[in-house]
Amino acid sequence: MEPRVLTSKKPLTLKGFFLQWEWMLVLLFIAVIVMNVNLSDYFWDYNNLRDATMSFLDKAFIVLPMVFIIILADIDISVGSIVALSSVIMADLYAHGVPMELALIVCLAVGTLCGYINGLLIVKFKELSSVIVTLSTMIIYRGIAYILLKDQSVGKFPKWFNYLGWGYVGSIPFILIAFAVFAVLFGILLHKTTFGRKVYAIGSNPTASRYSGVQVDRIKIIVFTLAGLMSAVTALFLTSRMGSTRPNIATGYELDVIAMVVLGGISTAGGKGRMIGAILAVFLIGYLRYGLGLINISAQTLLIVIGLLLIFAVSVPKLKWKGTGAKGKAV
Amino acid sequence: MKKVLTLGLAAVMAVTLLAGCGGNNKEAGASGGGSPSASAGQPSDAGGKKRLAIIFKNTGNPYGEKQMEGFKKAVEENGDEAILKAPDQPTAEAQIQMIEELISQKVDAIAIAANDPDALQPALQKAMNAGIKVISLDSAVNAQSRITHVNQADPERIGRTLIQGVSEMIGGEGEIAILSATSQATNQNTWIEWMKKELEDPKYANIKLVKVAYGDDLRDKSVSETEALLKSYPNLKAIIAPTTVGIAAAGKVLTDKGLKDKVKLTGLGLPSEMAEYIESGVCPWMYLWNPIDVGYLAGYTAEALVKGEITGAVGEKFTAGTLGEKEIVADGDGTQVMLGDPFKFDSGNIAEWKEVY
Repeated sequence: MEPRVLTSKKPLTLKGFFLQWEWMLVLLFIAVIVMNVNLSDYFWDYNNLRDATMSFLDKAFIVLPMVFIIILADIDISVGSIVALSSVIMADLYAHGVPMELALIVCLAVGTLCGYINGLLIVKFKELSSVIVTLSTMIIYRGIAYILLKDQSVGKFPKWFNYLGWGYVGSIPFILIAFAVFAVLFGILLHKTTFGRKVYAIGSNPTASRYSGVQVDRIKIIVFTLAGLMSAVTALFLTSRMGSTRPNIATGYELDVIAMVVLGGISTAGGKGRMIGAILAVFLIGYLRYGLGLINISAQTLLIVIGLLLIFAVSVPKLKWKGTGAKGKAV
Repeated sequence: MKKVLTLGLAAVMAVTLLAGCGGNNKEAGASGGGSPSASAGQPSDAGGKKRLAIIFKNTGNPYGEKQMEGFKKAVEENGDEAILKAPDQPTAEAQIQMIEELISQKVDAIAIAANDPDALQPALQKAMNAGIKVISLDSAVNAQSRITHVNQADPERIGRTLIQGVSEMIGGEGEIAILSATSQATNQNTWIEWMKKELEDPKYANIKLVKVAYGDDLRDKSVSETEALLKSYPNLKAIIAPTTVGIAAAGKVLTDKGLKDKVKLTGLGLPSEMAEYIESGVCPWMYLWNPIDVGYLAGYTAEALVKGEITGAVGEKFTAGTLGEKEIVADGDGTQVMLGDPFKFDSGNIAEWKEVY
């Protein structure tokens, strides 16, 4: 079965257009909204819908590069640790008298460097899978964060820093605008540039890509570096929302992020999926969590609901592609 | 073949959509019908009924469940509705999200046992700006993030009592270690400070505090931290665990390893969880206040604030149900209400208390 050829090169008919996974997500999203409106009287309220995005969008910045990574058929589970390390270094520098503006830039630099190291290790040690490499760096990065802060928390940032996580532009949360800008940039990078085409090519068939002159290693390093940078962006927003930071922040973020990407229809086998799917999944999970939170459902029940949604997400496309494959044979 | 498949898929989608709507209609019908389960936490019956919420540190903590139970009891005694919430992980991030959800629901009061004293400040200030009465209980938030705090017991008395107790157990000499909750847990850190102050007394010159370990109030981490303590300090004479999760984990490790006569255990624990270790002698005695009372007092404090009986200023008094009259006292740059002294549980009284909580 060669599903990548069938899905990415198939001429788009009207029927084919509506049979895409993204439409399923739109339907699911509408179902979640309708369900929430019926469950709680507080859900359908502009201020609430708006402010809810402020609490779930922080990790969404990592979803964008994670789409690239999973299309490459790789994975990065160190992103949560990169968030913690870049946040801790920023807070520690500020606590030692470094101006916040500079600390902020260092935070981004640390994240970028961490991502670059991930990329470098992955292309240098080809016999190791990216899970193993990033599992190691996941432990190392968080370990460094613990060494730096010694299990303490640091905070008391300047007032203006609060704006990142809590501020509005007009009546729209700043974080929502920032996410929209990054989402468009990453969407263009994936779908409208040769870089994006190469990412799909590598994910579909790395060997063939290498032989046809695609600089596989270079692209992988760039993608992992981007993931580091965006983890640092998440660190900025998360730290701003918390008002203080600790070495154990963002624990488990990597799993949340990967869950959103997978729900977005990006196949872990590589070479398949689109940015819009992952973005839809961010809002789908975000509003699902928020809506269930509004009816004060227990934390465990919420995890079960999201788990079920994921199982649904990974099983339905399988059925669909099996169908398309059969069709291929019949023709 | 192709058409059949396409039709099949289209049908599946249509059914999914319908199923979604069908489910929702049913929900709508249920809440419209006023079913008590569907309307829990909803404003449909908000005719004068206030809604007061409590957020504990995390789920699966029996101590926290008792606290929430006490809070609920107090709120219901006032004829109001209690909302009980706890995140699945003991993190500030998760609590911020819950605070946002409660602000959206326009509750009247939030009582919170904080996972971090400072990290919740922006979220709680947002809640207070929205007119919600915010108090902390058990584990405090900083004074700018709350109106007042409900303290389970005088931190100085807890810290000093634990050292006095441990000194008696080991005959005033030897190495001791502390197994705490998370490194940011406000109350544990305050108690540990008082323990260290008590240790400065010359009569404890032969007692050496070798390490403060953090089990994060997670059962498995507390177990492995205890095991690490026993390995690193073979001459350890006693462990003080000022957290219910930690002391139970340490009790289990000491029992399993048969160290009952070598290493003593004390701290703050739940009688029902600790009864077997107190009866077996692993933990000769321990202390705690009644978590139900802590939650109950928080419930009455929040009620008094919502009703406007108090504003959270020093010297104000209010009646806290069966606990009688309570007074607000100063606490650093904020204010607090104190429940009372820690209570000692030993082999003489544990049998009756283990049934209670």
